[in-house]
Amino acid sequence: MSTTNGTMAEAKPSYASDQEVRWCPGCGDYSILKQVETVLKEQGRPKEEIVFISGIGCSSRFPYYLDTYGMHSIHGRAPAIVSGLRSVRPDLSVWMITGDGDALSIGGNHIIHLLRRNVDVNILLFNNEIYGLTKGQYSPTSPEGAVTRSTPMGSTDHPFNPLALCKGADGTFIARSMDRDPKHMREILVRADAHRGASLIEIYQNCNVFNDGAFEVFTDKKSKAAHTLFVEHGKPLIFDEGRKGIRLDGMTPMVVSLEDGSVSADDLWVHDERDQFKASLLVRLFDDPAKEGALPRPFGVIYVADRPTHEEKMNAQVDAAKKAKGVWSLDAILQGGRTWEIS
Amino acid sequence: METPTRTIEQRQNVVILFAGDSGDGIQLTGSQFTDTNALFGNDVSTFPNFPAEIRAPQGTLAGVSGYQLHFGSVEVFTAGDQADVLVVMNAAALKANLGKLKKSGIIIANSDGFDARNLRLCGYPEGADPLNDGSLAHYTVHAMDVTKMTRAALEDTSLGMKEKDRCKNMFVLGFVNWMYSRDLANSERFLQQKFAKKPEVLEANRKVLLAGYNYGETSETFTTRFEVKPAPMPKGRYRAISGNQGIALGLVAAAEKAGLDLFYGSYPITPASDILHELAKHKQFGVRTFQAEDEIAAICSAIGASYGGALGVTASSGPGIALKTEALGLAMMLEIPLVVVNVQRGGPSTGLPTKTEQADLWQAIHGRNGEAPIPVIAASTPVDCFEMAFEAAKLAIEHMTPVILLSDGYIANGSEPWRFPQASDLSSIHPPFAPKHADGEIFLPYQRDDRGVRPWAMPGVPGLQHRIGGLEKEDGTGNVSYDPVNHEKMVRLRSDKVARIADTFRPMRLASGPAEGDLLIVGWGSTYGAIHTAAMALQQEGYAVSHVHLRHMFPFNRGLGPLMKKYRHILVPELNSGQLRQLLRAEYLVDAKGCNKVQGMPFMAEEVRAAALQLLNA
Repeated sequence: MSTTNGTMAEAKPSYASDQEVRWCPGCGDYSILKQVETVLKEQGRPKEEIVFISGIGCSSRFPYYLDTYGMHSIHGRAPAIVSGLRSVRPDLSVWMITGDGDALSIGGNHIIHLLRRNVDVNILLFNNEIYGLTKGQYSPTSPEGAVTRSTPMGSTDHPFNPLALCKGADGTFIARSMDRDPKHMREILVRADAHRGASLIEIYQNCNVFNDGAFEVFTDKKSKAAHTLFVEHGKPLIFDEGRKGIRLDGMTPMVVSLEDGSVSADDLWVHDERDQFKASLLVRLFDDPAKEGALPRPFGVIYVADRPTHEEKMNAQVDAAKKAKGVWSLDAILQGGRTWEIS
Repeated sequence: METPTRTIEQRQNVVILFAGDSGDGIQLTGSQFTDTNALFGNDVSTFPNFPAEIRAPQGTLAGVSGYQLHFGSVEVFTAGDQADVLVVMNAAALKANLGKLKKSGIIIANSDGFDARNLRLCGYPEGADPLNDGSLAHYTVHAMDVTKMTRAALEDTSLGMKEKDRCKNMFVLGFVNWMYSRDLANSERFLQQKFAKKPEVLEANRKVLLAGYNYGETSETFTTRFEVKPAPMPKGRYRAISGNQGIALGLVAAAEKAGLDLFYGSYPITPASDILHELAKHKQFGVRTFQAEDEIAAICSAIGASYGGALGVTASSGPGIALKTEALGLAMMLEIPLVVVNVQRGGPSTGLPTKTEQADLWQAIHGRNGEAPIPVIAASTPVDCFEMAFEAAKLAIEHMTPVILLSDGYIANGSEPWRFPQASDLSSIHPPFAPKHADGEIFLPYQRDDRGVRPWAMPGVPGLQHRIGGLEKEDGTGNVSYDPVNHEKMVRLRSDKVARIADTFRPMRLASGPAEGDLLIVGWGSTYGAIHTAAMALQQEGYAVSHVHLRHMFPFNRGLGPLMKKYRHILVPELNSGQLRQLLRAEYLVDAKGCNKVQGMPFMAEEVRAAALQLLNA
């Protein structure tokens, strides 16, 4: 079977460009690039219909490595470039590549507006909790106390919770995945691409040079089960290899044991990705995993909502105006309302 | 009632300045009277001048709004140096504007606006009474209680006092129409349109308009009426246009001629917002307007739209342009079409938002990191705003480059008659789209044609996939390159491409004056009218003075250097401290002298004339 699949995949054209990939050896970005390439290949959409727009940072080199259309723009501004591109080109598949510094610090203003407008784009937010390209300063997602080159005594900043920010900005597709779980990432990428509107995936990505092991507790085999919660629509929130679940006590999520028989799966919080109130709670499962009794970190599609996209509404107005005003001509607009003759 | 005997005096041209509280409807009164005169066949030029506050405290100097109209039976080029008539709704309006009235000019004053409270609010000393104490003896003063007469005209209506008082400006408009021998048909038609859905308000405004007219007709105080005959304007069909409207229409026309959709990304800012308002009305042309979250998003969205194959445009004023700087560098590096309009206002920083200035020239030409040449062009009149917006778009599209168009608050809000062109009169625009590629053929996104222009390849076209960005790129392929020699080559290629845009400019033409002589006045932008008026006056006085008005600020017209050599003196009037002058001195080693004003106000022609005389008589 694997041979057959392998051969079929080979037959499809590669989406890789001819450029040498220049991330540090061991960087989590390689895995993300691989999964995106695999998904594009599997879906088989013509390369020319795909556009990758990025900002600045390690992750933002991404577009150079794919044989699609691509723009490596300026720091933090990819959402604005995407918004303009989308307004005039609703026919394309648009992907935005950004990082924690690019999206949440210098581009913070743009990303919240992209989300509230619901521009149709797949946003891959590579979160490594550090500034890599500038060699190791703390980022807006670095935990408080993080010791970095710019914070020798520890960061005094409270970090962003990216998914809670996304929920607050009324994002219509909110998901989390990680570089070390390729299969999960591919599933989420496919879902994000299928969603009409702004799909944001926060991807935990290891920077092995400046912040190695930042997410190890979630990705390492030994600790992963106890600290991660993989959510699926319609299924109860169970983690730690079926040993634990999450029950809602009013508005408060509680970890319960499924081992002693006092609580069954039926008593647990069942994930409904369309429930915006529960989604607001779910994005708040953001405990420091080192804390005693910490709630597990959720991964998967946390929230989905249907809302018309910005470009749909914009173009509907253009169509309505064309219809209402009938046949137009440039001469009519140059003439405007009132004119007079001088003879 | 018997109509008093009247003489009608002919006037060649008249400058009338309406002033009052910013809530008095001054702008409306002024623009209505402008409209009536334009329709009659006069040439007109206007200068709306308002405070930065929407409703500054009533009765104070800070709250005075003004509208200056110059109309004539001859061509007029500015809104006028000094007013012949000053219409004031209150004491503050008089105090703020008396200096702009000619000695022996006419003052029409609403006496109700001169009570003790109004006089105190604008700082007249206790007991002062300018309308009656003889301090205005050099002027002809017509004081009338506009408020009282407006209320009287509306005695029978059920409108509240506040609504009645809102009709005051119509009394003034009616009176002024009488004074200049105009009928009320145009104003009535305007009211009918404006208040079609509010019959009671319409009726009230008409009554007051008529009351103002009749007051002139019946009151024996007024022994003289004036008449300004039609001007010998070129034959044709006209409309009125402001600079901001001109820019909007120029962009729509250019996009249409290029066969592209127009995308306009912008963030509200005075005095550029009217471009957004105007474009938002034209969605039927496929115009997409995007009110972005900030100035940076405004330009970046326009870059995104251009990348997608539309004509991306953004506009702002100085502070907003400052925020767009980094993205301007990106657009220049990507080499994609983009039009950036700067409707300049008084700076620096927030500066004088509602006032005019030309102090962003250096910002436009130099304001970027690295060597980032961008063509800069400037509009000189409201009508020219149309032409230059069209030109900016044509240059941007055909040469694959961002282009900066400079306008300013004076021409943005001022209006004039426009003998609008037919769409077929406009030149065509040819986007340099990349030709289709055969399978397997390598596409080079930065391979240049003989003008140094790269092809425009947009997403969706098979075989042309490529990656572009702000990093230095290898010549031809566009791949990232840190090669030192390649970098220098690319800097030169980009610079040459922009320099060669000058190949497309039409030959340098004088605005007026002999081909050689004692003095060449070199102007740019909205100072055109004042310089033109001054130059014509000097020529009539027998001086060998010429005027050239630059449209292209960067690169310069190749004819400029040789032209300047033909005159003994060069004078550069600017509403800044000498930005063009310094560029000319640096580029051409000429001893250009300046005539500079940085008051947030346009030049008076007399100021330019005086500076010229000083040089000529030195």
